[in-house]
Amino acid sequence: MSKDAILGAIRRGLRRGPLPYDQDLALRVRLERHPRHPIPARSKVARPAQIALFQRNVEKEFGTVLRVADAAAVPAAVARYLAAQNLPSALAIAPHPELQAMPWGEHPLIALREGRAQASDAVSLQHGYAGIAETGTLMLPSAAERPTTLNILSETEIVVLRASRIVGAYEEAWDLLRAELAAPAGGMLPRNVMLVTGPSRSADIESVLELGAHGPRRLHIILIEDDPAALG
Amino acid sequence: MLATSPNFPQNARRAMADASLQKAMARTRPMFPARRAAAVAALPEFEALRETGKQIKDHTLANLDFYLETFAANVERAGGQVHWCSDADEARAAVLKICQDAGARTVTKGKSMISEELGINKHLEAHGIAPVETDLGEYILQLRDEPPSHIIAPAFHLNREDWEASFRKAHTDLPADRVFHERRDILTEARTRLREKFLAADVGITGANFLIAETGSSVIVTNEGNGDLTQTLPRVHIALASIEKVVPTLEDCTSLLRLLARSATGQDFSVYTTFSTGPRRAADLDGPAEYHVVMLDNGRSAMIGTAFQDMLRCIRCAACLNHCPVYGTVGGHSYGWVYSGPMGSVLTPGLIGVDQAGHLPNASTFCGKCESVCPVKIPLPKMMRHWREREFERHLSPATTRAGLRLWGWFAQRPQAYRLLTRLMARTLGKLGRKKGRFSSLPFAASWTEGRDLPAPEGDTFFTRYAREQRAGRV
Ligand code: SF4
Repeated sequence: MSKDAILGAIRRGLRRGPLPYDQDLALRVRLERHPRHPIPARSKVARPAQIALFQRNVEKEFGTVLRVADAAAVPAAVARYLAAQNLPSALAIAPHPELQAMPWGEHPLIALREGRAQASDAVSLQHGYAGIAETGTLMLPSAAERPTTLNILSETEIVVLRASRIVGAYEEAWDLLRAELAAPAGGMLPRNVMLVTGPSRSADIESVLELGAHGPRRLHIILIEDDPAALG
Repeated sequence: MLATSPNFPQNARRAMADASLQKAMARTRPMFPARRAAAVAALPEFEALRETGKQIKDHTLANLDFYLETFAANVERAGGQVHWCSDADEARAAVLKICQDAGARTVTKGKSMISEELGINKHLEAHGIAPVETDLGEYILQLRDEPPSHIIAPAFHLNREDWEASFRKAHTDLPADRVFHERRDILTEARTRLREKFLAADVGITGANFLIAETGSSVIVTNEGNGDLTQTLPRVHIALASIEKVVPTLEDCTSLLRLLARSATGQDFSVYTTFSTGPRRAADLDGPAEYHVVMLDNGRSAMIGTAFQDMLRCIRCAACLNHCPVYGTVGGHSYGWVYSGPMGSVLTPGLIGVDQAGHLPNASTFCGKCESVCPVKIPLPKMMRHWREREFERHLSPATTRAGLRLWGWFAQRPQAYRLLTRLMARTLGKLGRKKGRFSSLPFAASWTEGRDLPAPEGDTFFTRYAREQRAGRV
């Protein structure tokens, strides 16, 4: 079998057989503990600065950020954004309880369709799981209430993120994911975890950057200021 | 993929005479180093991270059997399948079988160098399955039936005119007199065309930048989003990976990701970094029903425990290509196979044999730039030298090269004599070349300078300068 042939060739190269028990155990412990390596200092700052760093990095990567006071303000913010960008008011929206609880009824002109995105959707509204200040990156794990297609099929993606879910470094986001989503699933990661930094782009034509390759051309983040420590 | 590496000298000569290629190179070449330098300057920890990256990869390679088995077990636990393949034939057969079992008629593809190694497109076509490249650069190369010329910017060698001409020729259903006002129009046409393909495909094939043993995940890194459409929309996802792509944990992967985009495109992070683990879950509304990893060896396990093991640390960032004066002169196609630049010069002889690729390790000025920018500190010049020595042993070099190497070997083993010689040479050459700073031809080295410029020594050798700086307390 090729598996045995490959592993055998590797072991011959390493001049040993299968790992002895103690070394095997040491590696299992390393996996179990998944130690962190040095983390850049840039994101180790006070909460308000961390959130500002997140926003700065999103904007540097051609995303946009709008801060709103609370969840109830989201539908109005969405309506204003759609109007300002001249976008249709039909949205594919993630069936997430936090989004469902928002007062959409006050904006009857916005037509919501819950579920995954279809190719014909111009705009999608996604639930942001976490934000990573280090590079202005969104963490979007797949789930029934957070379909992956909402991140990639539409021309415009709007992501609703709570400021309390912004962390400094990627490692902190992994810790959240492990504790909240993987642990209840027997340690298994969600099927798909996307780290998204700005809208889609390509520099394949003469090395000149153009936004909107195959994924969204616009990425707009509505940030709910739910973190008292972050109101600086 | 059929190698034309044995013809490297002829390929290189042709490339240097190719005006269109030289135009593309002249435009693009300076961009990558400048972007990388800016990203690196903005992260004070970058140098320390390079050492971390090297250590992570060395640790993994020293325990590669363990991490591969752990990875495979975790893929299976998540409901996916791993197909172990010793060589390209086995991998082609594995991919074809998955596609046939799925009743596939069309297959979309994300960018994957392994897929180039396998020549998978031709194989699928021969069996009645239509592969569609979806990375913008790969798409136009498929239209033109050309191989990529750069591992992260496959259409590096093309100019805008080439894009327009190829699109006009291929998209015959569109008005022939349409105008491409700007690059965006080219992009939009490709986006629209490929949308239909994404939606129709039965199988999506991606590469993998990393595999994570801890979680059984494959990781892709893209800016366009084509890889995500490829692995999300079709019913079956196949990730093509080679054995050295595995890393132990999410944290290990994260540290390497901090190096990858900065070294590659000069971004802090690529737009989409996506971790896939198994097929869709019961409650999911989207995602593939089947998840396969084709795990390719193809000569890599034989590099372990040899002088070339360090090459397996490579994370395919292309920094060494982007900073290489040889690559920048002859372009990627001259190297004659999938991988080019310094990393290709070391990897290709390892994968297809030094008899095929023996010229490539000579494609170096030994300026050392590649090693200095490599995010995992691969000693590329040293390894090229190793290959040269092997080639020498195999008596494949022409007699004059052999004699020259023998002479160099004599001096290299006698440090005093070597220093004296190099000091003399540096002084003499330094005086001769003071005006231009470069030599385009040198006495006694005509065949060497034919294809390269030799930077003029600054009238000092490294040793004397080092000693002087040491005295001045600078090092
Ligand atoms: S050898 Fe180093 S610099 Fe070159 S592609 Fe590989 S990781 Fe990047």
